[in-house]
Amino acid sequence: MSSHPAAVQARAGISLQQQRARAAFWFLAPMLVMLAFVAAWPLLRSITLSFSNASADTIFNGNWDWAGWKNYVEARPRADGSIRWRGVLVDPKWWNAVWNTVRFSVMSVALETILGLLVALVLNAEFRGRALVRAAVLVPWAIPTIVSAKMWGWMLNDQYGIINDMLLQLHLIAQPIAWTARPDTAMIAVLIVDVWKTTPFMALLILAGLQMVPRDMYEAARLDGIHPMRVFWRVTLPLVRPAIMVAVIFRLLDALRIFDLIYVLTPRSEGTITMSVISFQNIREFGKYAEGSAQSSILFLIIAVFVVLYIWVGKVNLTGEGGR
Amino acid sequence: MARIELKNVKKSFGAVEVIKGVDLTIEKGEFMVFVGPSGCGKSTLLRLVSGLETITSGELSFDGQRMNDVLPSRRGIAMVFQSYALYPHMTVRENMEFGMKLAGSTREHLRARVDQAAGLLQIEHLLDRLPRQLSGGQRQRVAIGRAITRDPRVFLFDEPLSNLDAALRVTMRIEIAKLHHDMQDVTMIYVTHDQVEAMTLADRICVLRDGQVMQVGTPAELYEKPNSTFVAGFIGSPKMNLLEGALAAPHGAHTVGIRSEHLDVVADGDGEWSGPVVHSENLGSDNYIFVDVGSEEPVVARIGGEEHVRLGTRVGLRPQPGRMHRFDAGGQPLA
Repeated sequence: MSSHPAAVQARAGISLQQQRARAAFWFLAPMLVMLAFVAAWPLLRSITLSFSNASADTIFNGNWDWAGWKNYVEARPRADGSIRWRGVLVDPKWWNAVWNTVRFSVMSVALETILGLLVALVLNAEFRGRALVRAAVLVPWAIPTIVSAKMWGWMLNDQYGIINDMLLQLHLIAQPIAWTARPDTAMIAVLIVDVWKTTPFMALLILAGLQMVPRDMYEAARLDGIHPMRVFWRVTLPLVRPAIMVAVIFRLLDALRIFDLIYVLTPRSEGTITMSVISFQNIREFGKYAEGSAQSSILFLIIAVFVVLYIWVGKVNLTGEGGR
Repeated sequence: MARIELKNVKKSFGAVEVIKGVDLTIEKGEFMVFVGPSGCGKSTLLRLVSGLETITSGELSFDGQRMNDVLPSRRGIAMVFQSYALYPHMTVRENMEFGMKLAGSTREHLRARVDQAAGLLQIEHLLDRLPRQLSGGQRQRVAIGRAITRDPRVFLFDEPLSNLDAALRVTMRIEIAKLHHDMQDVTMIYVTHDQVEAMTLADRICVLRDGQVMQVGTPAELYEKPNSTFVAGFIGSPKMNLLEGALAAPHGAHTVGIRSEHLDVVADGDGEWSGPVVHSENLGSDNYIFVDVGSEEPVVARIGGEEHVRLGTRVGLRPQPGRMHRFDAGGQPLA
């Protein structure tokens, strides 16, 4: 009996709350170290470089200097007294990339959400061979982006692509279209491939939400003779909204930093070049580390703002309607 | 307001037959309880009546009208689910209005119907709340209120009290009994595995086992004249003592049954059976003693709540005359 109070005393200096916090810290520590290496360090390095004049010649020997905000925006007086603006923020090429990225993100995520919801609704119904179909639907998602980009590149090719061939035979077009090369169709090509690839992902996330809706609720609606469309709008959609919100935010983050698909499918196309691609080109191909880093940093900021905004809007709506 | 008739109704899921030919008539305004152990098919039978499941063979009719192929929403039924099935994102009022057809009824009419149902169940003050802001009992009231607004001719309850705690179950049981009293021309079918609910609520009880009807009758009939050892053991609490073999042989039966209140506790050696008291449960009003007379399970006898018997005391048990139930080897009653 006497040893017990002593043992309890030994730990009395730390409250249970503190003990828990300590344990939690040690469980989190490996992840924090990992994140520091793979996320925080590159991010800080990138931001640092964006305020320098580093280039391919100076980046590795350390002979670069601070340049302040010059990479972002700089006013240079000309000899005649007028001012010439330089920097990423006044660069039309950069703004073209921003516009492309936003356009791509909004359109692809919207299409994928709608199609994903439709696919999820189908997969949620009971039918023979559902397990097989569920697995099959995931195939596009499982293929690496580089592979699917190359594959679609061939399919969309103007000379020997199967898609042009099919469209020609159906007399929908009079002559082959260079889908990936033409400025007016390049974005469409990118959207087709991205939607094809990512709809399964959206469908799966939304399906998880759909399966949380109790069957009783549909049965109650059936007994009341409520039209299925009304049930969808008034019952299903409000109940899966949290799942859709999560799916959309995941996709939006992915879409805003899209790189691989565009880099492979439509290289050097002004019509599709995105923020990630232009920053990559500046750094790797032109050796403009400082300018590329400035672009990366802006991309990071834009994504951060999007995420905060989205979470904030989602929260407001969720508490307003109750959610689950 | 419907007389419900089931004729040789069968239901199979794939190769598994879960309802094996049920013949049953439920009279207008009757409160019928389907009771049985889990997996006996009672919920499935209810779902066949509702139309949520299709009937494999046989015929279901309401007032002589064949219902097999009528849509659930056209059958004039309302159902209360075990899980309440309330829409979590709608207020109580919206929940109750959602199911009502807008056709032919104005908004005011709709409001009035909801208010009337809410008044009946005393949930007027909850109309603007969301389901998650309600207690279990309140949710169940709302679910019942939603069903009432449909003005059904048949009311179906699928284990409506199973998710409530014991005290609330008793309260809600009384409310449902009152509801039946207030809506006398509405036929009600109530599914439960709880034989106390069955006994207290039913006009008639239908005992089911393995997809077959074992016995249909008033609670008193089932209690007093069970037509099988299964019904004898299922209806009544504590369950009827069933004794087999040598203990039953003197009565010319394979099994004899005797309820705990029909056994007199007498001195050791005086009664028909005797043995030590191995357990007792005192409920205050009654004291149930468990006597090991050599049967598989101890025999339960009821004594007064103030009487006490020490564990291990040997006592004799004497059945009251004419209270013994005799069954043959197949579990059927002997005349």
